[in-house]
Amino acid sequence: MMWDHYLAILIKAVFVENLALAFFLGMCTFLAVSKQVSTAIGLGIAVIVVQGITVPLNHLFLKYLLAEGSVVLSFFSLKDIDLTFLSLITFIGTIAASVQILEMTLDRFTPKLYNALGIFLPLITVNCAILGGSLFMQEREYNFAESMVYGVGTGIGWALAIAALAGIREKMKYSDVPAPLRGLGITFITVGLMALSFLAFSGIDI
Amino acid sequence: MITKAKTLLFRPIIANNPIALQVLGICSALAVTTQMKQVMAMCIAVVFVCGVSSLAVSLIRKYIPGSIRIIVQMVIIASAVIVVDQFLKAYAFEVSKTMSVFVGLIITNCIVLGRAGGFAMENPPLSSFIDGIGNGLGYSFVLIIVGVVRELLGSGSLFGIEILSKVSDGGWYTPNGLFLLAPSAFFIIGFIICAIRLYDSAQIEEDN
Repeated sequence: MMWDHYLAILIKAVFVENLALAFFLGMCTFLAVSKQVSTAIGLGIAVIVVQGITVPLNHLFLKYLLAEGSVVLSFFSLKDIDLTFLSLITFIGTIAASVQILEMTLDRFTPKLYNALGIFLPLITVNCAILGGSLFMQEREYNFAESMVYGVGTGIGWALAIAALAGIREKMKYSDVPAPLRGLGITFITVGLMALSFLAFSGIDI
Repeated sequence: MITKAKTLLFRPIIANNPIALQVLGICSALAVTTQMKQVMAMCIAVVFVCGVSSLAVSLIRKYIPGSIRIIVQMVIIASAVIVVDQFLKAYAFEVSKTMSVFVGLIITNCIVLGRAGGFAMENPPLSSFIDGIGNGLGYSFVLIIVGVVRELLGSGSLFGIEILSKVSDGGWYTPNGLFLLAPSAFFIIGFIICAIRLYDSAQIEEDN
């Protein structure tokens, strides 16, 4: 069945290869914005949305513009040119542009949602998880539907991880942490323990 | 002048370490710290990108309009990273293969963007260049420690050369597989931060 395949990609992206806990992606924002559950969830949702848009969009750019013998290059009779080395700059451009457009659209049509998510959107442009998702898509040669599922899946995984970490950090306020470990140090160790527990998912055979 | 250059170069290593104090740039790096070979490639790449992009941003800082500065900086950084990526593919293909997407992820390494956006936008080219290199070195410092610990304990070797003879080869050392997995990197960084703050207690965070 086709659905099995997509479900496998989804589960793999959410749990087994969690971008934050297995590949260390998006760590800067992950550590900086995880002090409160409510803001962490807001950022998580923003990441899911942006990731779900940019990964498939970048796939289209890669396939129809940059790859050797693509539609656009053939149209300009540049058949022998391979522009894939420009993928990095294209991806980052797409991400910056779509974040900007998303921000303006939200501001225009749903001001309430914009007020909730608005402050997180600029952060997302420089979030390695977003660029990482697109780069993994390129490396694993996903097709359009697969990259859509993969984008949403990695977004959900990242959101899950940051929400969980924020929950733990809220509780940690009440504990007596040794002075040099306070703040950043203990957060790293907490993330390490979370990553350890997520390793259990690597036993899933799909 | 020379003392100023020295502070710019060496302050980021311990006193103002970008990873330990400013929480920047951990993203793209930790996944490549299981082998020293990759660590060195990553460090050289980041030092290069950080220095070059700070220099370039600083050179044109007076002509960058404020509203699109992030995009301009991104394009400069991305160009530097593409140069590194192509260079690695041409001269160190094996290393570039194992590092996979993490070379490209230097673009979103917050240290590079932070230095290019924060320091280089307001300072002359030479000191921006030195500052970029210094921050690259501060990052390399943490990365090398993590890399040494992980490769030595995880596979008993450094740079692929055997240091601790493994049980499987008739030696005495049982490799600790945990050090090859993701969580160990978080623990090691946590303890590096702890060590730096024990040494320099001004960096201890307030209890909130």
